[in-house]
Amino acid sequence: MWVIGGLVLVGVVWGSVNTILNNPYSRANWIDFVVFGLAQGCLYALIALGYTLVYGILRMINFAHGEVFMAGAFTGYFVAQPLYDNGLMASQPILALLIVSVVAMGTSIIVAYLLERICYRPLRNAPRLVPLITAIGASLFLQYTFAGFYGTGVKTYPNVPSLEGEWEIAGIGVLKTQVVVIVAATVLMTLLYLFVQYTKIGKAMRAVSEDKETAALMGINVDQTIVRTFVIGAALAGAAGVLYALLNKQVQFYMGFQPGLKAFTSAVLGGIGNIPGAMVGGIFLGLFESVGPSLFLEGWQIPAPYQLKDAIAFTMLVLILIFRPTGILGERLAKKKA
Amino acid sequence: MGILMTKQVTKRFGGLVAVDAVEIDIPERAIYSIIGPNGAGKTTFFNCITGFYIPEEGDILFQGESILGLSPDQIARRGIARTYQNIRLFSNMTAVENVLVGQHPHMKAGIFGAIFRPPSVRQEEAQSLQRAVELLHFVGLQGKGNWVARNLAYGDQRRLEIARALANNPKILFLDEPTAGMNPRETAGMTDFIHRLRDELGITIVLIEHDMRVVMGISERIAVLDHGSKIAEGSPLEIQRNPQVIEAYLGREGVEAAQAGSQRRVERAV
Amino acid sequence: MKKESHWLTESVRGGLIGGGVIILLALIGMIGRFAERPVIDGVLVLGRLLMIAVFFAVGYGAARNELLPVTRLLTGILAGAVAGILVDLFVLFGEGVNIRPMFINASPELYEFLAFGNLAMAVVAGAITGLVAAAFRFLPARLRSALLTGLAIMVVIGMLSDQLLLILNNNGLARYVQGWLLAPRGVSVSGAVIASVVIAAISYVQSVRRAGQADQPIAARRPNRLVTATLWVIAVAVLLFLPQVLGPYHSEVLNQVGLFVLMGLGLNIVVGFAGMLDVGYVAFFALGAYVMGMLTSPEGFIAQATGAWNFWEALPVAFVVAVIAGILLGIPVLKIRGDYLTIVTLGFGEIIRLLALSDWLRPYTGGAQGIAAIPPIEIPGLFSISGPDKPQRLFYLVLIACLVAIFVATRLKHSRIGRAWMAVREDEDVAEAMGINLVQTKLLAFAAGAAFSGISGTIFAAKLSTIYPHSFGLLISINILALIIVGGMGNIPGVILGALVLVGLPELLREFSEFRLLVYGAVLIFMMLQRPEGLVPDKPQQLVEEGA
Repeated sequence: MWVIGGLVLVGVVWGSVNTILNNPYSRANWIDFVVFGLAQGCLYALIALGYTLVYGILRMINFAHGEVFMAGAFTGYFVAQPLYDNGLMASQPILALLIVSVVAMGTSIIVAYLLERICYRPLRNAPRLVPLITAIGASLFLQYTFAGFYGTGVKTYPNVPSLEGEWEIAGIGVLKTQVVVIVAATVLMTLLYLFVQYTKIGKAMRAVSEDKETAALMGINVDQTIVRTFVIGAALAGAAGVLYALLNKQVQFYMGFQPGLKAFTSAVLGGIGNIPGAMVGGIFLGLFESVGPSLFLEGWQIPAPYQLKDAIAFTMLVLILIFRPTGILGERLAKKKA
Repeated sequence: MGILMTKQVTKRFGGLVAVDAVEIDIPERAIYSIIGPNGAGKTTFFNCITGFYIPEEGDILFQGESILGLSPDQIARRGIARTYQNIRLFSNMTAVENVLVGQHPHMKAGIFGAIFRPPSVRQEEAQSLQRAVELLHFVGLQGKGNWVARNLAYGDQRRLEIARALANNPKILFLDEPTAGMNPRETAGMTDFIHRLRDELGITIVLIEHDMRVVMGISERIAVLDHGSKIAEGSPLEIQRNPQVIEAYLGREGVEAAQAGSQRRVERAV
Repeated sequence: MKKESHWLTESVRGGLIGGGVIILLALIGMIGRFAERPVIDGVLVLGRLLMIAVFFAVGYGAARNELLPVTRLLTGILAGAVAGILVDLFVLFGEGVNIRPMFINASPELYEFLAFGNLAMAVVAGAITGLVAAAFRFLPARLRSALLTGLAIMVVIGMLSDQLLLILNNNGLARYVQGWLLAPRGVSVSGAVIASVVIAAISYVQSVRRAGQADQPIAARRPNRLVTATLWVIAVAVLLFLPQVLGPYHSEVLNQVGLFVLMGLGLNIVVGFAGMLDVGYVAFFALGAYVMGMLTSPEGFIAQATGAWNFWEALPVAFVVAVIAGILLGIPVLKIRGDYLTIVTLGFGEIIRLLALSDWLRPYTGGAQGIAAIPPIEIPGLFSISGPDKPQRLFYLVLIACLVAIFVATRLKHSRIGRAWMAVREDEDVAEAMGINLVQTKLLAFAAGAAFSGISGTIFAAKLSTIYPHSFGLLISINILALIIVGGMGNIPGVILGALVLVGLPELLREFSEFRLLVYGAVLIFMMLQRPEGLVPDKPQQLVEEGA
């Protein structure tokens, strides 16, 4: 097994060296890759937090979290477009975006709440495979419900006029939207971290993650805490949805699958259940995915390396789960023996 | 040297030392008990012997050969079988299927044998089935072979676990709290049964037990663990009188209370 | 501890949930689409039936057993009425506020349909259905299930009526059933009554008989050898003539079902027997298809080097490749538990799909265009699976493959290796302590599962003659998973039933195919919540003679 891991590593290094020697991209290109990767990474981080929070508290993978993200992003469109049409997006961009965010986050929260109540709560003590299959079913169901509601076509978010174009930061041109995404995401992540560390609810969440029974004995309402965890994760996903729309513009009913999976990869990378880990993992994956194909796949003379961008993320997921399921920052999850 | 010998076996979990340099030597065909307060490391020690855990230090010798580092299935093939503290049957399989699984190491049919079922495989299946039925009979589960394991009564489930362990034709059998949850009559039945296992089948029995009557009544040798170390070993009589053992179970204050109590009784009687 | 809620709140809550469900179904578009499918000619369309079914469920659920009879009827009425009122409120809202730009199905036609034509009717319909449902609950259990079975099958016949007529027409038999049983669309009114009553009666008699048998010892229960053999002969005879009777379209449907049965049986070994949830399973299907393509099609890169192989030569190669792939993909996941294993297999499946799609591997896989011109299966000089009869001819091959697969799967299940798999599924650590080598056992499961899927892939390639990466997405794995879950994991007849329902039905009914994945998702959720063991209960094997 280590042989394969070693081979992959050698391959990456060799490809990178080749690329650097051949230098097909300019400095501006590389900076573009990095900033884009950072922005994407922030999105992954926000969504990853949802996975990690739920896993920490329930020890289950909320496979449908990608759809929670989609629900927010997709529904937000129906608010964003009218706001653009009546000019509020241009005149009061902050207010407009705030309204869109509230709607998006609200939708995500509702979906996550229903998920927990209907699908996951009855199965808290079921054998491992059962909630997982339920989550897969829920993911499918949500995708096609929203496809039924809003149609299967792609909807394009309107541009925010004041966010078109670039800003000059330290002599480099960066897309305004990317900056906004990075800043907003950082703010949200910081808020979340502070919330979990210092508020009573946050402490309750951590207590229930550690030991459900003992937390209950100490008077913590476990059900309520679990609901709150889902809600917070969903709010972050909904916000990520709006930010995603700012960056990528297009929303569609199956948009949740890949970001969801990549966000999950990020969560595992950083150590599932570990909140700073999810953030680090997300940003790392975003950067790696953006810079990677150009950096080492080019070096191997692979045509159109960008097609394999997603394959890189999946490969990383697979490798991490095989070799280091505890992630970069995580703790080993004990295997119960006898 | 007995059939099973452990030398300085030590198992650590992070900073916690669960089993600390434990040495025991189990004579063949003995009925040997391992006792100790809760959390003393008894089950962990079992797990080290059966291959679930690999001890950090020490060695384990079975029939003179080291089995340290072998995987659980290799250890099972050597002739070591066990039951579990919390019954771990294959709940959705029938009783007879559970016992058949126990015979896995003694059967040979592979995937081609399964698909084509040549006469040799058919014979193997028939013989194994017959043996399984005999084993069920031996443990007192005759007529319940087709019952799905999780539908059996608690006492029957314990017997089934033993039948499954016996299916492996073991030379040594580890029983982890075999009388847990049983009333006195059932316990007496189990005690008789354990004797039969040793007398009729020649199997060495190693018990973890909490019921002192069972331990004292059935064991030929006892080892006492506390906080991971062996604090005493000997015959039941020796163990009963060993002050360290009494202290381990009752704690120093308990011992003093007991002594004070018995002193008062003596004074009152006089 | 949950407080005992008052029946009033319970019924209102039930009604609100029911109303909500109907609104959800309406907004998804299901009610609208289903409104086009007649069940009982001139009387009942599927969309309407859906609404009534929800009212019924709500009324039934509200009429709890511990309440007084009169109260029970009242709860039924109330629950149904509340549901109807909620639907009405939605309609009123929709007629006032235009939500159509967002919810594409919210059309005036939908509103009219939901309101049963006029608002009051919706409430009345809800109330009456609720009343009937509550009264229904008074009936003895056996009668209830018999009636439900009769109604359900009648509905199925109604939905499939145009298909049935098509088949019967092909054979000149249509006139025998027209009129009294089947109308051009849906069952006729008389047909509805006759079908439900007859089937309900049969079902009732069956359950009475089965109950009587439960008291008898097992040996007496075992069906007569002669009877079983005769049934098998009849079944085989029917199957042999089936494609001729059904015609090309329906034979093709059965072929599709058959391929999924093959894959389902394979995944059943991995998931059902060995307990490993492999969601990347479609990868082996893809491998089988691509190997077939590469070897037999003139475009395939191996064929270009060595000359095109024929199907029968390529088949063993595909088989071996699939098995090796199964082992290779199994090795890394041996030590990974439960959910992580699922995700890793998902990753594998996606990686393979992306690689097949990429330009990088285009010379081998054909990239997004895939591989075309895969020749039909033939025994040169004798028999070719091509031409207008292709589906019917293919059916026989698929049938043989399925029979072989069922045979192998059954043999495996009742063998030493099958028991080892089940032990690993039940409790891996204990299984290992029983002497089962986990590595070998798990890899064997992966290899066996991959083999089934690979073979299915080869037939698929020859059937379609062109394969693209788009045919091999995650959804297929989930599709297969859904059908073994519906049928019951580990259960072989269940796989066949699951395939018929989840693959066959959407092929036959266009309305279902639109909502297929939605229904799959709902079915997975429902089965896990209510009946994780599957629809077809897995009878434990009666190995021991009683009195042993």
